[in-house]
Amino acid sequence: MANIKDKIKNIYKKKNSGVMSYTIVIGLYLVMEILMKTGNLTNLIKSLLVPCVCYIIVAVALNLCVGLSGELSLGHAGFMSIGAFTSVVVSGTLEEVITNDILRLVIAVIAAALVASIIGYLVSIPVLKLEGDYLAIVTLAFGQIIKSIIGNIYLGIDEKGFQFSFIEDTTKISENGKMLISGPTGATGISRISTFTAAVVLCIIALIIVYHLINSKDGRAIMAARDNRIASLSVGINVTRTKTLAFVMSVMLAGAAGAIYGLNYSSISPAKFDFNQSILILVYVVLGGLGNINGTIIAATLLYILPEMLRSLADYRMLIYALILIVIMLVTNNDKLKNRINELLRRKKKHE
Amino acid sequence: MYFITYLISGIGLGSVYALIALGYTMVYGIAKMLNFAHGDIIMIGAYVAFFALSRFNVPAYLAVLLSVVVCIALGITIEKLAYKPLRKAASLSVLITAIGVSYFLENGAQLLWTSSPKMFSSIIKSGALELFDGQLSISYITLLTIATCILIMIALTYFINNTKTGSAMRACSEDKGAASLMGINVNRTISITFAIGSGLAAVAAVLLASTYPSVYPTMGSMPGIKAFTAAVFGGVGSIPGALLGGLLLGVIETLAKGYISTQLSDAIVFAVLIIVLLLKPTGILGKKKSEKV
Repeated sequence: MANIKDKIKNIYKKKNSGVMSYTIVIGLYLVMEILMKTGNLTNLIKSLLVPCVCYIIVAVALNLCVGLSGELSLGHAGFMSIGAFTSVVVSGTLEEVITNDILRLVIAVIAAALVASIIGYLVSIPVLKLEGDYLAIVTLAFGQIIKSIIGNIYLGIDEKGFQFSFIEDTTKISENGKMLISGPTGATGISRISTFTAAVVLCIIALIIVYHLINSKDGRAIMAARDNRIASLSVGINVTRTKTLAFVMSVMLAGAAGAIYGLNYSSISPAKFDFNQSILILVYVVLGGLGNINGTIIAATLLYILPEMLRSLADYRMLIYALILIVIMLVTNNDKLKNRINELLRRKKKHE
Repeated sequence: MYFITYLISGIGLGSVYALIALGYTMVYGIAKMLNFAHGDIIMIGAYVAFFALSRFNVPAYLAVLLSVVVCIALGITIEKLAYKPLRKAASLSVLITAIGVSYFLENGAQLLWTSSPKMFSSIIKSGALELFDGQLSISYITLLTIATCILIMIALTYFINNTKTGSAMRACSEDKGAASLMGINVNRTISITFAIGSGLAAVAAVLLASTYPSVYPTMGSMPGIKAFTAAVFGGVGSIPGALLGGLLLGVIETLAKGYISTQLSDAIVFAVLIIVLLLKPTGILGKKKSEKV
């Protein structure tokens, strides 16, 4: 008996095994499912579940890019947007061919991840040549470009096949057809096939991928390149390759999460995935701790729910949210406070 | 003639971007931080000028002055309360704090003044200068914007290069430690930088609101992002770079709007930025730092 206990303890103690992350996600899932089954969840909370898990996935993905690889990206919402609109198009096109919702969802998510990673790879070729703040601004620029381009696409489908036009709507869709994306309005009439379970499953898959990468040779190379570029070059690490790998992986997961996110609403507009959205995700990552996956999951959950919990404060909620952000940053960076806490912890250990 | 009209209005818009970009670039040069709340200081400046003009009917120059004073006070307060305690923290923490300040200002403004846009009456009489038998018309506000920008640039360049405070600022941007050993009050210098940046933001706010006559809580965010882009475009940390970047950005944006597509103008601006950064990774006038191993 004691042996098993020790074994479990060891699994949790082992660095970067990810068991803690899986426990948190599955635990949250079970609690929510039980609450839902017993009818203890309000409709508001129910509607928050899927987007919340999507943000967790995107935040974990961004942490791969910012925390692990040290590349500040301000454009992840753009890749979420690519994922969302790809999945909407794929699911809308296949609606009559594949009637099974789950199969269609899986195909849509895979397509979204593929498209996002291809575009992410093309973007990474110029982007990763830059460093620091310049990299940040170029990813910001790409986010804006993606938003502008998707906001000008008109795509419809009818018996003649796809009809596409750019900037102005010249698609003439017959009565039997439908518009998939209509410019700044985005996509409407989406069949909502995302489920909470699907989101959690994707989240687990994302965590498996991320932890597998962290514990692999490539993952160690990525972290080495972050800590010291020149030293890693000198030991034969292909820094460009490792950075591209981290970026494309991160963008792929963001696209997949975007797919679940998009298929959760009956309509989405490209303006939703703007700069502020990218910043929001970055806030989750920084508050959760750079490179700390568990922290990211917790921070994303709490910070996504927080504004909704503050809803009773009506107009003041975003003001309070902003204040909380500032105060957290000031407190966590306060050396005096940090020393005090460390001292307390040390004393406690001595007593034990 | 259309081309020249577009060009001149582009220079007008670019001058506003340049004024905002100066705030970004100076703060970046000295404090090494991206002040995301800068765009929202513009918004506050515009509101102050709006209330001064429409509620209290003060003359235009007083309204501008009031707006500048309020923004300077606000800039210094933000720096003291939110950024100063984080001077030694990681740059991402400072970035998040700046985002927090930005949210705070935007939502505060929304609470105080609601999100519905307010009509801003131009600080000078509307109308345009007609040239070549009316073929070329330049609005007075564009002329005023360009003139103000030129004047401020000259004054600022003189200030940075020829005054004691100016050289203290240059010293701080090069090496804070060495500067404080030379008896320069680093904290005071940083405060002055924030004050100048915020004051310029107020001037830009009044000019922006006179050109596009509506004032609302999120009005500062897009010009803020554009000006930030302009600062990077010209080489962040460089004052002539901010001017050049701002003007280029304004001209490209207006020409793209005029000749290609209004909806795609933002995408084109950012695409040009990416191309410039690929050819010259530190911006047009940015200095390349050699890497020491």
